[in-house]
Amino acid sequence: MKDISPGALCGAVLTGGLLAVALLGAVWTPFDPMALNFAARLAAPDAVHWLGTDEFGRDVLSRLFAGATTSVWISFVTVALAVSAGTLIGVISGYFRGWTDRVLMMLNDALLAFPGILLALGLLAIFGANQYGIVLALGLGYTPTVVRIVRGTVLSLREREFIEASRVMGNSDTYTMLRHILPNCIAPLTVLATSMFGWVLLAESALSFLGLGVPPPEPTWGNMLASGRPFISQAVWLAIFPGLCISFTLLGVNLLGDALRDRLDPRMRR
Amino acid sequence: MQKIPHVLDVRGLSLEAGRTGIRILRNISFDVRPGEIVGIVGESGSGKSMAARAVMGLNPPEIRQTAGAINFEGRDVGILAKRDLRALRGARIGMVFQEPMTSLNPSMTIGQQLEEGLRLHVKTTRQDRQDRILQILDQIGLTDPKAALAAMPHHFSGGMRQRIMLASVMLLKPALLIADEPTTALDAVIQRDVLELMVSLTRESNTAVLMISHDLAMVASYSDRVVVMAQGEVVEQGATSQLLAAPRHPYTQKLLSALPRRAAARVIPAASVPRVEVRGLVVDYPGRGGLLRRGAPKRALNGIDLSVQPGEILAVVGGSGSGKTTLGRTIAGLIAPTAGEIRFNGAPVGTARTSDRAYRLNCQMVFQDPYSSLDPRMTIGALVAEALRHTPGLSAQARHARVGEALDEVGLSADFAPRYPHQLSGGQRQRVAIARAIAARPQFVIADEPVSALDVTVRAQVLHLFADLQRRHGFSCLFISHDLAVVEQIADRVVVMAQGRVIEQGSRDAIFDTPREGYTRDLLRAIPTLFPTEQGGVRPGWRLASGA
Repeated sequence: MKDISPGALCGAVLTGGLLAVALLGAVWTPFDPMALNFAARLAAPDAVHWLGTDEFGRDVLSRLFAGATTSVWISFVTVALAVSAGTLIGVISGYFRGWTDRVLMMLNDALLAFPGILLALGLLAIFGANQYGIVLALGLGYTPTVVRIVRGTVLSLREREFIEASRVMGNSDTYTMLRHILPNCIAPLTVLATSMFGWVLLAESALSFLGLGVPPPEPTWGNMLASGRPFISQAVWLAIFPGLCISFTLLGVNLLGDALRDRLDPRMRR
Repeated sequence: MQKIPHVLDVRGLSLEAGRTGIRILRNISFDVRPGEIVGIVGESGSGKSMAARAVMGLNPPEIRQTAGAINFEGRDVGILAKRDLRALRGARIGMVFQEPMTSLNPSMTIGQQLEEGLRLHVKTTRQDRQDRILQILDQIGLTDPKAALAAMPHHFSGGMRQRIMLASVMLLKPALLIADEPTTALDAVIQRDVLELMVSLTRESNTAVLMISHDLAMVASYSDRVVVMAQGEVVEQGATSQLLAAPRHPYTQKLLSALPRRAAARVIPAASVPRVEVRGLVVDYPGRGGLLRRGAPKRALNGIDLSVQPGEILAVVGGSGSGKTTLGRTIAGLIAPTAGEIRFNGAPVGTARTSDRAYRLNCQMVFQDPYSSLDPRMTIGALVAEALRHTPGLSAQARHARVGEALDEVGLSADFAPRYPHQLSGGQRQRVAIARAIAARPQFVIADEPVSALDVTVRAQVLHLFADLQRRHGFSCLFISHDLAVVEQIADRVVVMAQGRVIEQGSRDAIFDTPREGYTRDLLRAIPTLFPTEQGGVRPGWRLASGA
């Protein structure tokens, strides 16, 4: 149990770093991420602006910090929303089966037929492009995946004798679900939530890049990447650093997700 | 010294698990002579299957052979090249596995599967292969061998599949047949048929058999010699009758004394109102639907009448599909009956969701599989305490005390309360399941195969414990089991079930000594039994051998 694989360590360090930066970005940044400074437009990385400045002279490092805060907050809330809604529906669907299950699964399958990001795009058109719109749209978009996984887990748990034992003891359905079903779903849910954190972060960046996410001037990695794109020949750092942030974060989260899966849920190991 | 050449000669074999270096087998030696049946018996973890698989070179690569040699027909299997080993497998050494449902390829016809081995190992014409296959299919008792060639495995029952498996292996007339728990998954009556077929087929081609099983009675009845294994070592081996009559090693003695024996009959006075009474119970399972239409419902129970007296253990026996488990689950309220009535102390009860409190508090259940009947996320203490949730007027303190008491009663102690199920052995888990069932002092306990998943010695302990507790607390019990030996030890009365009906019921001694119905007699005759001898050993034999 003691041995930690290099992949897991790497994942934990990268993800931990991201969370630290996101927390730090909420309270302190080297410069004001929104402060314009036309004297230092498109400045290359130097001793003052470590990662250079953008077309309005804003400090890129500060904006990356602030962007991390926004991205992590969005991903976190989105995952929480998707996991709680998905778990609720999945547990009910898997536990009661019958027509409840059939109706819920029909709706769920219909939603699953759309790729999450496409569904989110459509929903964003309704909710409007802002942080809350993104959280709602992505949350709804990823709920069906959670429902699928939770329902599958519950269906197999339901056949285990301790669920029958609980019924024989005279426990109510609600009690059985809360006391016996839910705790046994935590391992697969932890694994799912971790990798989903990565997917949502990427989806949020993609939406912001497309201009459908958090609107400028509020920085996120996605819209920084988008606003850096026209200047790529003159100021390559504008696109490189947000891109690297997204890549390393995803790498870290995925490595951590794999490690968690191996530890918590050996059945899902590939 | 060796006048007869050995087919298989295992000398000082030791196996280790790769990374951890755990010793799986320690210096084991045994041999098999041509045409001989040798049985390896042992409990789980004894290494008996590992030993058999090593002969075939089937163990995963992490398992290394650290010492000894496996000589098969004079060649050391351990150092054979992969090619030569493959040539041995199938052609010279055949293997029959435990699970007939998965050991045949579901997407190939029977004919193709039988032909596969022949084509690989025997140079002959297509016509000759066909003839040989038809001949052996006829031998194993298929009514229409020609039609069977084109049939798929799922067209056959488990017993028939195991026969076909046997046919496919014996088609090549190997020198050695390894049978790993060949009939564990089969019903008693079919088990005897399959084993007898195995004996006759192997005798015909002078094939030696290495039979691996946890079932001492079965091994004893069919094998010439027995090898007893425990914890990776051979503790004793010898001619079957001698070894059983006078076991020398303490482990063998313990194994033999753990065999179920008939306890003295008790007189249970019939009360005016039975504890539990079942009248005309019918349960239909909804039919498996087609694409548009639902199939006809399947009748699992077809008019069951029985009653359990206060303080009585009523055993329900029957093969798989007899409806005995459905009966238990229906009485427990887990399945809603289609028709009929269940009365508890004279009052009718409903299903688990609607039934009255008195019945819920007083009817508890012990399940078969101790690995799945305990919630892995709860401590032992919490698991037992949960059974007391609905007991009225119990303070938190009193409940805590009662949990400790229940754990004491099942031979664990309050120290076990903070542990989790995965930290316990199978036997300990089943004790926890029993503690949970009796904690609320129920008047009625349903035990569905409570000891079937346990090893012989542990089974004996748990069975004793259960009988003790029943005597102490006087609860009535519905004891569901396929294992006649266990039933003989513990039951006061016996109900024999087949195809959803009660075939026969009566006192234990009446059922076991003078059964009236043909089905009951078939069932009793099918099961190899070990009878105690005066010298403290046992001798293998069959029930009802002298009777009708």
